[in-house]
Amino acid sequence: MSSSEDKRQWPLYEVFVRARGGLDHKHVGSLHAADARMAVDHARDLYTRRLEGISIWVVPSHQITASDPAESDSLFEPARDKIYRHPTFYEIPDEVKTL
Amino acid sequence: MYTQALDVQGADAATLDEGVLERRFLERVDAEEKIEPKDWMPARYRNTLIRQISQHAHSEIVGMLPEGNWITRAPTLKRKAILIAKVQDEGGHGAYLYSAAETLGVSRDQLIDQLLSGKAKYSSIFNYPTPTWADVGAIGWLVDGAAIMNQIPLCRCSYGPYARAMVRVCREESFHQRQGYDLMMHLAQGTPAQKRMAQEALNRWWWPALMMFGPSDANSTHSGESQRWKIKRFSNDELRQKFVDFTVPQARFLDLAIPDPLLRWDDIKQQHEFGPIDWSEFDQVLKGNGPCNAERIAARRNAHAAGGWVREAASAYAEKQRRRAATLAA
Amino acid sequence: MSVAVANAGRTDAEARDLFCFVLRLGDLSLVLGQRLGEWVGHSPALEEDLGLANIALDMIGQARLLLSYAGEIEGRGRAEDDIAFLREHGEYLNPILVEMPNGDFGQTIVRQVLIDAFQLEMFERMAASADQRLAAIAAKSVKEVRYHLRYSSGWLLRLGDGTAESHARVQSALENLWSYTVELFAEDDLDKAMADRGVAPRLSEVQAAWSQRIGEILAEATLDRPKDRPHSWHGKRGQHSEHLGYILTEMQHLQRTYPGARW
Repeated sequence: MSSSEDKRQWPLYEVFVRARGGLDHKHVGSLHAADARMAVDHARDLYTRRLEGISIWVVPSHQITASDPAESDSLFEPARDKIYRHPTFYEIPDEVKTL
Repeated sequence: MYTQALDVQGADAATLDEGVLERRFLERVDAEEKIEPKDWMPARYRNTLIRQISQHAHSEIVGMLPEGNWITRAPTLKRKAILIAKVQDEGGHGAYLYSAAETLGVSRDQLIDQLLSGKAKYSSIFNYPTPTWADVGAIGWLVDGAAIMNQIPLCRCSYGPYARAMVRVCREESFHQRQGYDLMMHLAQGTPAQKRMAQEALNRWWWPALMMFGPSDANSTHSGESQRWKIKRFSNDELRQKFVDFTVPQARFLDLAIPDPLLRWDDIKQQHEFGPIDWSEFDQVLKGNGPCNAERIAARRNAHAAGGWVREAASAYAEKQRRRAATLAA
Repeated sequence: MSVAVANAGRTDAEARDLFCFVLRLGDLSLVLGQRLGEWVGHSPALEEDLGLANIALDMIGQARLLLSYAGEIEGRGRAEDDIAFLREHGEYLNPILVEMPNGDFGQTIVRQVLIDAFQLEMFERMAASADQRLAAIAAKSVKEVRYHLRYSSGWLLRLGDGTAESHARVQSALENLWSYTVELFAEDDLDKAMADRGVAPRLSEVQAAWSQRIGEILAEATLDRPKDRPHSWHGKRGQHSEHLGYILTEMQHLQRTYPGARW
């Protein structure tokens, strides 16, 4: 099968599904489809057979740019010591309400 | 994110010493952290996963055949709908699992190629025939039951995409086991002919179902490392024992006899003792000499070959559309 | 008469008409669902196995609703499975088109487009049927059918406008199946009675809408519309092809072998 067959392989799409109104679309997996319309149909049949969603996004996998795990330290660690960004960092006397 | 097709930004793990990377990897596994597609992983871990996940995917796809066989003959419209939905789920499970395998750097085409060329294995259980309607029930009850037993621990497997696919699979799989038992129950409580059909199916599937857990621990080649890597969490024999202990009372409720004269309850061990498994049969089926090996693979090959022009046409149409859009934009 | 009792307000003749008309709709869904079920596990791509299975499931679901209703109209205590599995060849009232073999994927898609467009035009109008039950069934089914047509017409575009081979295959399937669309719109006394009573739309109206929709799909798929030829064997009057016998043999196997058993 090899090369000629590989050329025929349908590209990969990543699928995102909104489970209910008000929620974000969430990544649920991937699938193969020849075009975007087919990808939506396949996503519907593959990922929403049990009412798992009310809206679908599909994105060609190769168009997603991801961060590099090797850079995780420099990307995400610097946020760790900035605890003053969180409301629990501040101690407010009990008497002060609605703050 | 998930796939080999994703744009990988110059990860430069190569500069680090393999030993250091492996130690870090094992620390993460020990800490029950999930390994994700772009994380560094030992080549053996990657290969083990590719083999296991793709075998699992192939099993789902080939597994559509023995039951799919009965879709057109299902005895009621309700049973027909249930069976279509079930076989469809198996296709879905195959798709989830191929997706998970693809995150490890193989394409689905490569995997399908391995299946069709006979290079890749799939679960031997699907090389057994489904001569009667009761076999559909027996597969749901016993084969899916054994599969769930194997698969629930995989939801906690160290490799993220596999674990997530398995969560989805297991959620759907419990419907399969229940519908199988329900089907058997209707037969067991039906006419004498129906009950006989159920008993014969149990006779056919009992031992092959026990073999699904794989060789006994003493003879299992892949177990040690897989357990270290938290791909596998229980041994074959542990899971097999659990399956027997769960299933025997279920059979008793149906008033069907487990086809094992040595089966008995061991009061001291608080578990069932059961007779020896005929591993020579297992080996035969594994080597391709089971009752339906050739037919199953032929069916997959035919479907793939007959669909070639369809897949090609869809690609050609997509390409035309792209060109048309480009022309319009220009 | 039990028929009259079960159908307060309907004469026996009216009940008989309605029974037959509901069978026409229900048998169409039943036989097409049966045909699509043959594909599961054998499709050109894994994702298509799921897609075709979904359509098959919708068809079986429609058949269950319609055949149950037919049983109630008849008033002789027959349930959906008695009707689905225990009639004889000539008592099935589906159009011949749905019993035609799956052939290759292209032929299945052509058959599906032709039927989906028909069901869509029927159910859209029947959602306002004077018969409340049919109106409810149509309102539910039309949502399914809209998706079926999206799926099947999407595929017809890809195959018609794909490669030379795919184009030739679907064009030839279209030529083969076209004559079987004649009966869909050949109005007989029953169709006329149903339209007169506001139960179903006029077939002439359905045909006009169907013809236009199909024309647009074929044009976009770069396919030639076949010439209309007369065809006067009508499955909806119980005149079937040889294929139906095999379908029934397979489908009825367990019900016939084990009479009275419960499953």
